[in-house]
Amino acid sequence: MLVMQIAQTVLAVAVAPLLTGMVRKVKARLQYRTGPSVFQPYRDLSRLFTKETVVAHNASWLFCAAPTFVFAATWVAAAQVPTISFDVALSPAAELIALFGILTSARFALALAGLDIGTSFGGIGSSREVMIASIAEPAILMLIFVLALVAGSTRLTDIAFFVASPSVGLRISLLLAFVGLAMIAIAESGRIPVDNPATHLELTMVHEAMVLEYSGRHLALIELAAALKLLFYVSLISAVFVPWGIAPSGGTFVQYIIAMTLYLFKLAVAAATLAFFEISIAKMRVFRVPHFIGAALMLVLLAALLRLVSQSF
Amino acid sequence: MLVAVTLFGVALLLATACFAALAGARPWASAAVYGICALMSAIGLVCAGFGIGAPPSVISLPLGLPTIGMHFRIDALAAVFLAVVDLGGLVASLFAIGYGRRERDPQKVLPFYPAFLAGMNLVVIADDAFAFLLSWEFMSLMSWALVVSHGRIHENLRAGLVYILMASLGTLLLLPAFALLAGSAGQFAFSAMRAHGPNSTVALAVLSLALIGAGSKAGIFPLHAWLPLAHPAAPSHVSALMSGIMTKVAVYVFIRIAFDLVGPVDWRFGMAVIAVGGITALLGVLYALMQHDLKRLLAYHTVENIGIIFVGLGLALVFRADGMLAAAALAASAALFHVFNHSLFKSLLFFAAGAVQNATNTRDMDKLGGLIRVMPKTAIAFLIGAAAISALPPLNGFASEWMVFQAIFLSSNLPQWGLRLLTPSCGAVLALSAALAAACFVKAFGATFLGRPRSDEAKTAKETDKTSILAMYILVAICVFAGIAPFVFIALLAPAVNLLTAGAMQVHPLIPWQPLVPVAGSHNSYSGLVILVCLIAAIAATALFVHLFANRITRRSDIWDCGHPEDNPLTQYTAASLAQPIRRVFASVLFHARETVDMPAPGDTRAAHFCVTMRDPAWDKFYVPPAKLVGYLADRINPLQYLTIRRYLGIVFLTLVLLLMVLAIWE
Repeated sequence: MLVMQIAQTVLAVAVAPLLTGMVRKVKARLQYRTGPSVFQPYRDLSRLFTKETVVAHNASWLFCAAPTFVFAATWVAAAQVPTISFDVALSPAAELIALFGILTSARFALALAGLDIGTSFGGIGSSREVMIASIAEPAILMLIFVLALVAGSTRLTDIAFFVASPSVGLRISLLLAFVGLAMIAIAESGRIPVDNPATHLELTMVHEAMVLEYSGRHLALIELAAALKLLFYVSLISAVFVPWGIAPSGGTFVQYIIAMTLYLFKLAVAAATLAFFEISIAKMRVFRVPHFIGAALMLVLLAALLRLVSQSF
Repeated sequence: MLVAVTLFGVALLLATACFAALAGARPWASAAVYGICALMSAIGLVCAGFGIGAPPSVISLPLGLPTIGMHFRIDALAAVFLAVVDLGGLVASLFAIGYGRRERDPQKVLPFYPAFLAGMNLVVIADDAFAFLLSWEFMSLMSWALVVSHGRIHENLRAGLVYILMASLGTLLLLPAFALLAGSAGQFAFSAMRAHGPNSTVALAVLSLALIGAGSKAGIFPLHAWLPLAHPAAPSHVSALMSGIMTKVAVYVFIRIAFDLVGPVDWRFGMAVIAVGGITALLGVLYALMQHDLKRLLAYHTVENIGIIFVGLGLALVFRADGMLAAAALAASAALFHVFNHSLFKSLLFFAAGAVQNATNTRDMDKLGGLIRVMPKTAIAFLIGAAAISALPPLNGFASEWMVFQAIFLSSNLPQWGLRLLTPSCGAVLALSAALAAACFVKAFGATFLGRPRSDEAKTAKETDKTSILAMYILVAICVFAGIAPFVFIALLAPAVNLLTAGAMQVHPLIPWQPLVPVAGSHNSYSGLVILVCLIAAIAATALFVHLFANRITRRSDIWDCGHPEDNPLTQYTAASLAQPIRRVFASVLFHARETVDMPAPGDTRAAHFCVTMRDPAWDKFYVPPAKLVGYLADRINPLQYLTIRRYLGIVFLTLVLLLMVLAIWE
């Protein structure tokens, strides 16, 4: 029981940079570039960890502590998603609302850290980040509501187990919720069209502006946290909507091997889809973002409505 | 016995008030008065603790109306609120021992402070309409005196005027509510009201009057208008009491009438309460986001939390009306737990804001900044309070909001389809307000404590005194404890919840690892303790990794800011600019926020101007029209003052004839 929890916790940190690397690689190939290897993010992280850390004179303890907290909180959230086994020992401690609550704590700390030095870039990043987060929150709650209506529980392992059972079939409400969650994931993990993780000197950037003052090991932790957050959303989508292959609790070694292979395959598919989506759409103006997330909210509201009208949707 | 001890404490508080009126100007008076208040509150807290599980304790005093007397009673519900009042009173008095030393006119604050505490205690334990209304008015008047204690500032006088008007309106509505409950027999004792419940029409009238009357004191939209004016005007420990505790006393009054005195309540009224709560929560936090006065921001946040509490109460009414007792118990526990939690972190935040105000002589966040470096202890206290009020796990604000959300999720089993649709939308609104609250506290903490100081006062501020810090950290400790062990408090609330909904949540108060479960058999569980342990473990693992494998050299250097650092601290993001994206998304419609930029032509050296104008819809729609009407009527009636005696006699004669004619037609 505990072994699988620890395995999935370590696995999350281990594959998070790989997912980012895969997205970048596919994107480069789609743009007719060779692009760096999929393992480049690991090299970047080790480079950042071995460099000295430069901190502004007036930085407070909050600035120095925030990266560790942000990384730890994101990690705790990512560790609770069933990826290769339904054996998640921590799942009774945090159902979905609490899981998103932990991510909100991480964001709260990062937004404060962006303000600590007192620069305009930090301020612009923080203020936009909290704006996007506050619009996404109602959509997230409605999404959890829809999943609770369908699966009868807000515990993630229950939902995944329910969807994996053969009796479910195709549900319109689940389909709408899937599109809604994908849109929320794009907004929350700071991908195009909401934010662009590749830019550093655009006035439209959000996350990168917030962490502009960070360097060295602090920056490494923040980059790793960002990669983990993307992994969290991808794993969440795959656990809720395509949970097939996840090993049951007390599974055999072969089942774990299959689950692992399938999980990596799912990540690769998600990376390719995300990369394709990102190169086919332009970055939005920041004040168009509410329309984008508003559409996600409308989709999940529609899903909730359909589900409330009839159990068969 | 319990109620007698509590009343004895109240009597001592009143005696302290008289003593303070005589000796308030002496240098030692402040510490003595606040010390006695803290002691009396501690006694009240102990009484409340014993009263929670005990059978009701009753006393009647031969005071007041000759034949009726005054009745007092502590039952489980009263004990819960007595605990909230006295815990708040205890820490506020502790805080004031240090804070009150810097009060310029102590004789204007000291006599009213113990009396205000006594008033709140009396409202909670009153057991007949007469004792209740008397205590209620006493509480209002004493708090009003504290609001205008710094009356030299014109703004405070206006706040006092608006407050006394709204307080009178509230009492004016509660008076007929109790008259209707007393019935034609005129039975003022609560026990008699309970015995003969009113019919459904009368019940609806009573409930509406109670919602508006008590709601005006609690601060539901649009009756909240006095609250952001009056709460910041008072000294900070009184602000904490008014915002954290007195609003809860108003919630108590609503609960006492709606859940206890009127008997069964129709689900439609519960639905109205849910809707009112949702609107109040969202608008309260949006108002708060637009503020740049730290204490006013906190006062508006009270409006938001009152909205959350009312959503919980409305859900409990609805579930109870439909016979879903377990869900009703969950919703009622959520509301009561949030009452308790909000009283903790709101007091904490007001204390920290008071410490900041004392250290810098300003509440304007656009003149603060960087205080985390000069006031580190206050900063940590404010940070934890901010995280708790923003509903971040593993703190207590999250636990109670989580329970509200779980209660909302249970609404899909309700028989009325209107409720099945309304409640989830209300959940979305609450989620939005929770996220906006986090945004608001990023702004409040960021502008006040982070960044570079925007004024000399902020640069040279000193950490506040030790007793104030002690008071803050007591609250910090309870906030953290209530976050990781909510079941202890839910078990304590169980008798009161049982009184309200004839059910209770299944918790065991002594198993630390148990997760919180909304209803028996549900898998939706949450454990703050496990999350905290996981967070600590993850932080420790990260720190160990960094220690073993990473380069640990840290070099201090200049600000980077993409190579263009700006020396002037006024170029930082201010409170207003932090809220600007949210203002553009929400407030341009709701508050008619308009930005005007006056940019000089190239070559022109005069300063550019940027101005934001906002309108308050509550004032425009609900306050200005009646005020205009009153003014118009007063103008019309005014000429009547300058008539000759002949005309006055004529008017008297005409009125008499008219009245006789009416009487003749009536007969």
